[in-house]
Amino acid sequence: MSDGLLHGVVYSVLIVSVVLTATAMALWFERKFAARMQTRLGPTIVGPIGLLQPVADLLKLLQKEDIVPDNADAAIFNLVPPLAALAALGAAAVVPFSPSVVASDLDVGVLYVLAIGAVTVLPIFGAGWSSNNKLALLGGMRAVAQSISYEVPLLLSAMVPVILSGSLRLGTIVQMQADHHWFVVWPFFIGLPAFGIFMLAMLAEANRIPFDIPEAESELVAGVTTEYTGMKFALFYMAEYVHTIVASAVGAALFLGGWDGPFFPGLHWMVLKTLLLFTAVYWVRWSLLRFRSDQLMGLCWKWLVPMGVLLVGAAATWVVVFP
Amino acid sequence: MTPDALAPYLPLLAVLVLAGGLGAIVSVMSALLGPKRPSAVKSTIFEAGSEPSPGSARQRFAVKFYVVALLFIVFDIETVFLYPWAVNFKALGWFGYGEMAVFAVTLVIGLAYVWKKGALDWES
Repeated sequence: MSDGLLHGVVYSVLIVSVVLTATAMALWFERKFAARMQTRLGPTIVGPIGLLQPVADLLKLLQKEDIVPDNADAAIFNLVPPLAALAALGAAAVVPFSPSVVASDLDVGVLYVLAIGAVTVLPIFGAGWSSNNKLALLGGMRAVAQSISYEVPLLLSAMVPVILSGSLRLGTIVQMQADHHWFVVWPFFIGLPAFGIFMLAMLAEANRIPFDIPEAESELVAGVTTEYTGMKFALFYMAEYVHTIVASAVGAALFLGGWDGPFFPGLHWMVLKTLLLFTAVYWVRWSLLRFRSDQLMGLCWKWLVPMGVLLVGAAATWVVVFP
Repeated sequence: MTPDALAPYLPLLAVLVLAGGLGAIVSVMSALLGPKRPSAVKSTIFEAGSEPSPGSARQRFAVKFYVVALLFIVFDIETVFLYPWAVNFKALGWFGYGEMAVFAVTLVIGLAYVWKKGALDWES
């Protein structure tokens, strides 16, 4: 095995472990953050300042009984939780954390991220369908409608950095921003709205509040995860967090200049930007209410899609006028 | 494709296998380690504690979901067509700009038509 391949495989193991650890920390962080917003303390008992709470949760879920309902389609029911983990973690492979810290800086990186992101809809729908529970199926149907709708503005907004940099390779897109300007800074009238649409659409794909229609715990019990117990439930729960982290990292690379920044090494900046973005996601989550399905679809098709087309046009005009 | 061209995809495969494998392992672990005390009530579906409503969940559902799926296919494929253009845009210059302007205007006319027809109104 050549050095390049070895490097790639070692980094992929590294990235999977780092993202999973970050996910565990994100669980703790969100609970602490939410608690502070609501003037509570959050987890304090397990470990120093409750840091080991995710480990305790994991151990608890491991000891739960594994139940498959009688009428469920057992094959699909058991297959989809690992698929959820796979789809959420997959995109992490091409995210460049610094010029050298990347598992594989694929020449079609952006396309790969979007493609693997689109796969997340399959496990959610599979879970809804195979449970044979009306609430789960309704959650699944809504999730499909929402995810595929927001796929369109997501593709359009991610195209803006591609046009501006002329590359699908995430490393090149970041390097371009490091050499010139971050795309949210200049041209800000194109980059900033595109960044906004990208983050909104990514939230919708990761099913975070205000887009958590598939779960909607106050009306659908727990949506698609209603029938799941133990680690299978944990996988869905974890996939949501992983997806948020990876989406934040991709957003930072596409629009916020990735590893670019003064004084500190690139890796620090990339991690800092990713952390800031997903803190913003939690902030939104604990501040806003859930949208209704019709509001959600209206926002997507009547606002984000036309705006996305406009932004792509604006980016093309920008590039062709100021080459 | 040559092995060299495929080399960048090996780490991707490694990540996917690791992620899927970990998922499979923890699912199996949960099934092995957890208690096994099945009962008739436990294996029925859960609907917030009440008696499960009669009938299968797999009935017909609203046509609006199908409309969204059709819209998705149309617009998603149109956007996928835009990607190769976006990458090569700098080389294509004004020619590419004009060509894609025609394409994008067609797309927008399609969206306007769908909007006018009321297909974008979720509750109707």
